Amino acid sequence: MSKNIIEKIWDAHVVSQKPDHPAIFYMDFILLHEVTSAQAFQALAERNLRVLDPKRFMATIDHAIPTRKNRHEIFDKAAASQVDRLRHNARENNILFYDFDSSHQGIVHVIGPELGATQPGMTLICGDSHTSTHGAFGALAFGVGTTEVLHVLASNCLLQNKPKTMCVKFTGKLREGVFAKDAIMKLIADIGVGGAAGYVIEYTGEAISAMSMEARMTLCNMSIECGARAGLIAPDEITYAYLKDRQFAPRGRAWEAALEYWKSLVSDTDCHYDKTVTMDLNELEAMVTWGIDPSQAIQVNESIPDIHHLPVHQQEKARQALAYTRLSEGQAMQDVCIDWCFIGSCTNSRIEDLRIAANILRGRKVHQNVTLYVVPGSEMVLKQAREEGLDKIFEDAGANFRMPGCSLCIGMNDDKVPAGKRCLSTSNRNFIGRQGPGSITHLASPATVAASAIEGKITSYLR
Amino acid sequence: MKKINTISGLAIPLDMKDVDTDLIIPAQYLTQVTKQGYGQALFRRLCDGNPDFVFNQEKFRSGNILIAGENFGCGSSREHAVWALMEWGIEAIIANSFSDIFFANSAKNGLLLIVQPEKIIKHLLAEAGKENYILNINVDEQTITTSRQEKYSFEIDSFRKYSFTQGMDELDYLLSHMQEIEAFGRKQREQEYSTVFLGQS
Repeated sequence: MSKNIIEKIWDAHVVSQKPDHPAIFYMDFILLHEVTSAQAFQALAERNLRVLDPKRFMATIDHAIPTRKNRHEIFDKAAASQVDRLRHNARENNILFYDFDSSHQGIVHVIGPELGATQPGMTLICGDSHTSTHGAFGALAFGVGTTEVLHVLASNCLLQNKPKTMCVKFTGKLREGVFAKDAIMKLIADIGVGGAAGYVIEYTGEAISAMSMEARMTLCNMSIECGARAGLIAPDEITYAYLKDRQFAPRGRAWEAALEYWKSLVSDTDCHYDKTVTMDLNELEAMVTWGIDPSQAIQVNESIPDIHHLPVHQQEKARQALAYTRLSEGQAMQDVCIDWCFIGSCTNSRIEDLRIAANILRGRKVHQNVTLYVVPGSEMVLKQAREEGLDKIFEDAGANFRMPGCSLCIGMNDDKVPAGKRCLSTSNRNFIGRQGPGSITHLASPATVAASAIEGKITSYLR
Repeated sequence: MKKINTISGLAIPLDMKDVDTDLIIPAQYLTQVTKQGYGQALFRRLCDGNPDFVFNQEKFRSGNILIAGENFGCGSSREHAVWALMEWGIEAIIANSFSDIFFANSAKNGLLLIVQPEKIIKHLLAEAGKENYILNINVDEQTITTSRQEKYSFEIDSFRKYSFTQGMDELDYLLSHMQEIEAFGRKQREQEYSTVFLGQS
């Protein structure tokens, strides 16, 4: 019987399933961070349970921590307590933990892949919705809440209903100055923030095959923003080349066995999906959001639509959005003045993202009205950026090059966009107040953000 | 988990779609290590600076059944959103669709989510806006009856219904399958390529 990759991974991980019951679904790899784990460990202790399989967990600190150089001095008592709590929980339960002084600390969805821990065919969860990032490797990776983290700590399993499957085929070729970030933003703009609800997406097509692993991670990262349960890309030679010899990648005979297994995961030629969407990328230009959710997005060279021309069910929210973002119908996105710029987050903080930004900022200066934060996704990315001299390029340009963490994406650590300020950001959400109360967020690719930081207004890199 | 067979009370109309979990509980409140303390920050972004916002209105303060638009609970996986809603007093939410993660998080905490078609949601929102709209949700019968003599039925899968009406904790269900789970894990480890590797490098 023909199966797609999602069905293959599903079938390989069902421990058992009674009729009219969810499946008992086995988890291969679980990432933990300080914001969504404390209550899970607490409940585990209260119920006198132990972690069933500590070797399946990897923990680090990313969301609540500062990104300034002396970040280990956490001034916020609650954040400090959260970090201490995870340190303690990891130690007590023999769980691998990357602390401030580790060369592997970073954003959870950056460190898993770069360590070769995220692998094709895995089931992977984390208490964070951007866990979909790991789907770039052909893993079935999704976000869960804290109680489900408890479930996996205690039993290595979750109760899951088999998801519906959607194929999103990206045809064509990305033009110069247009990136995976723009492609996923276009998809979300087209199908809406709930467009893939209930589905796991498999991304296919020539445009996908041409993408590097980091570009695939950017794409899969934002699957949740169109409501998808998860989004993945079948492994191929690019995936295997990336994984080979990384720290936790299999070696020797195990590598050969792994390759054989991974190759078997690819969707069968005549497999079925519950839904198929095709999108051509040949004409795509750099994208930017204008509103208060990721689907309210257009090309940088376009103008905000007239509300009356929008489908009826989108009109009220568009009105609300423009009132909050202080923009108008028909206004061109090009040349909207910005106050802050952020290059970072689990969406775009890897070395390729920093290289793109550095190439644009080399020899140039950040506009006097703009504060630009460049936050590498991990210690490994930071190290490589230093080796390539990117840190010097950012600092010479007047950017603030910081320590690894979630930083400005989430507005819960020290890094916040002040009220009333407009931030162009490589992150993944532009909800009301996301980056700080009263702040305005516009999403874009690293190239767009770097170019705009120089101009002091929204502009695409090619312009 | 307590048994939930019926939920009755005042309906609160939240005429918004795509209510995301950042709106429900902003990230700045997520630094606690407890499950309590989030209720007072519920919808903080919308409460601040908008006196007419429904959660600022005294007449809805005793409400426990929220009516909302599509894709409720989208965005971040923070379960704190469910804790905030329940601590404030919400026991059930009726909307035309919910985000997958929020749906799962709600089930883990005994927050009842009911899906109704858009037309019915529009009607419920309008009626709830007129105040004193009392709903009676019967989980066993899968019905909603209103103080205006209307009756609606809803779908709920049998496992979720059982969990709610019997007060079953999903972790107990998982733990009762430990032998099978451990056997599965052993079989996995015996493969030439096994994913249990952390700490061995």
